Amino acid sequence: MKEYLKKYWTLRKHNFKVGLKKAKRSKMCYLFLLPYAVIFFMFVILPVISSIFLSFTYYNVLETPRFIGLDNYFNLILQDDIFITGVKNTLMIAIITGPLGYLASFLFAWLINELPRWLRTIAIVVFYAPSIAGTLINIFSTVIFRGDQYGWINGFLIEAGFIDAPILWLSNPKYMLWICMIVILWQSLGTGFLAFVASLQNVDRAYYEAGYIDGIKNRWQELWWITLPNMKPTLMFGAVMTITNSFGVSAIPMALCGYPSTDYAARTIVTHLYDYGITRFEMGYASAIATILFFMMILCNKAIQSLIRRVGT
Amino acid sequence: MSKVKVEKETQHKLKLLKRRKPNRSRVGDFFVYLFLVLMAIAMAFPLVFSINSALKPLDELFKVPPTIFALNPTLDNFADLFVTMGKSWVPFSRYIFNTVFITVVGTAGHLIIASMAAFVVAKYDFPGCKTFFAISVTSLMFTGMVTQIPNYVIINALGWIDTYYAIIIPAFASTTGFYFMKQFMEGLPTALIEAAKIDGANEWRLFIGIVMPNVKPAWLTMIIYSVQGLWNNPASMYIYSEERKLLVYALNQVLAGGIARTGQGAAVSVIIMIVPVLTFILSESQILETMASSGLKD
Repeated sequence: MKEYLKKYWTLRKHNFKVGLKKAKRSKMCYLFLLPYAVIFFMFVILPVISSIFLSFTYYNVLETPRFIGLDNYFNLILQDDIFITGVKNTLMIAIITGPLGYLASFLFAWLINELPRWLRTIAIVVFYAPSIAGTLINIFSTVIFRGDQYGWINGFLIEAGFIDAPILWLSNPKYMLWICMIVILWQSLGTGFLAFVASLQNVDRAYYEAGYIDGIKNRWQELWWITLPNMKPTLMFGAVMTITNSFGVSAIPMALCGYPSTDYAARTIVTHLYDYGITRFEMGYASAIATILFFMMILCNKAIQSLIRRVGT
Repeated sequence: MSKVKVEKETQHKLKLLKRRKPNRSRVGDFFVYLFLVLMAIAMAFPLVFSINSALKPLDELFKVPPTIFALNPTLDNFADLFVTMGKSWVPFSRYIFNTVFITVVGTAGHLIIASMAAFVVAKYDFPGCKTFFAISVTSLMFTGMVTQIPNYVIINALGWIDTYYAIIIPAFASTTGFYFMKQFMEGLPTALIEAAKIDGANEWRLFIGIVMPNVKPAWLTMIIYSVQGLWNNPASMYIYSEERKLLVYALNQVLAGGIARTGQGAAVSVIIMIVPVLTFILSESQILETMASSGLKD
C-alpha cells in the first residue's frame, strides 16, 4: 500500500512538472484566453457560485442571508407538491419537445442547405422568424387557441362537427401542456438551427465527391456517413442549447396559460423558481430550485453527449 | 470488355458529378420543396400577422376574431408612435444612439474576445484548457434568474451601475458564442494551422490571418446571437438615467399607456424587430462555403 502511494505521488509530481513546463511554453495561449476568462469568471462563475451558496440560506433579498443548511432542499423535495408537479411537467416538455425540436432544427437546416443561395437566405429568415418574433406568441392565445367559439381551432372543430361547445384550450388542465408544447416546437428553430446552418456550409465538398465515387447512393447515406460525422462538434453544441432551452421552459407557459395556471397544470421548474424568487422574494429557496435544475441538466447532458459520440459509426 | 465498361461507368459518374447534386432523386427533391413550403407558411404566419396588425387602423385592431390581413392598411400607427416619441423629454434619437452604441461595441468586443479564447481552447493543448472548457459549458446550464442578484452586487461593487459597462462587459463573455466558436473551430483542419506555423506565423498572425477568415460562417452566426441579445436587452436593472435608457425600454414605456396605445403597440413590435431581422438577413446571405478545407489534401 505504502509502495503504491509513493508511486502515485511520484507520478503526480512528474505530471505536475510536465504540466508546468507545458504551461510555460504556452504563455501565448493563456494570454489569448485571459480577457475572456477574467470577464467570464466575474460575471458568470462568481454569480453561479454565490447562487449555489445562497441555496443553503434563508435570503429574502433585503436582509442578510441566514444559513439554514439543507432545509431548502428538504422542503422542496419532501413538502412542496407544486414543485413535484413542476418537475413532472418540465420533464414531460423536455422529453417530447427536446428531441423533436433538435431533429427539426437539423432537418430544416439540412434541407435548406441545398437550396440556391438567395432562396436559402429567405428560407432561413422565415424559419428563424418565430425566434426573432418571440414577443408575438400572444397571437396563439388571442387568435388560434382562443377559448371561445371565435378561436380558430374551436371554430374549425365546431364547423366540422367534432365538438358542440368551444373548449377552453388554455385553462383546461387536460390540454394546456400540449398546447404549450406545440408553441414550443413552433419556436424551436433557434440557436441550434443557426449553428447547423453555418456548419453545414463548412463541410468539405471534396468528401461528398469522394463519397459519391465510393458508391454513396442517396441523400440519407450521404447524411449519415459524411455530413453528420463532419458536424459532430456542432451537433453537441446544438444538443446543449436544446437541453438548456427545454429544461428552462417558462416564458411560453406563462404567456399562454397565465401565471399561476389552472391547477398548476402548466407549471414548470423555472416558473416555480420565478414564483419564489421574483414574486415572493425567497431567493434562497429559488436558488435551491435552480441548483436542482442545474444538476438535472448536467446529467441529461452527460447522457446525450455519449449518444452523439456514436453518430456515424 | 469489362475494362471498357468500367471506364465508361467512371466517365458517366464524373459527368454526373459536375451537376450540383449527383445522388439526389427528382421525386425526393419535389417532396422536400413541398414540405419546406408548407412549413414555411406555418412559421411565417405570426410575422405576417404582426406586420399586418401594425398596418391596421384601430377599428380593425379591436375586431374579434381578428383578420389576418389589414383591410385598409394605413401608417397611422407609426405616425402616432412618432408623435408620442416626440413628446419624450429626451430626444428620441438619443435612445436609438444608446442602443446602437451598446449593440455595436458589445458585439465587436464579444467577437474578438470570445474568438481568441475559442481559438486557443480548440486548437492548442495546454494545462487547464479542458477544465476551462468543461466549466464554461456547464455554466450554460444554470438558470439566469437567480444569478441576477449576485450579478447586481458585483456590478455595484465595480461602480458600474448606471453606466454602459454594466451591459457591454458581461456581453463580451457570452458563453453561447464562445462555445459555438470553439466547436466550429474544432472542425478546421489542423494541417492548415501547422502549415502556417511552419511558415513562421505567430499565434496572433495565425488567428487573424488564417483562422478567422476560415470560420466566417461561425462569426457571422455569432454576430446574430449577440445583436439579438443586446438589441432586445432593456437593461432595466442597471440603467436609471433617462438619457442613458435603451430603445426597447423607451418603447416599453410607450406601451405602458394601456389600451389607448394599442395601435402604437403593434407598431412598436414591428419596429423593434427591424434591426435584428436586417442583421440577420445580411449575415445569413454572407454565409457561404469557405475555402478552409477546399484545396487541402491530406
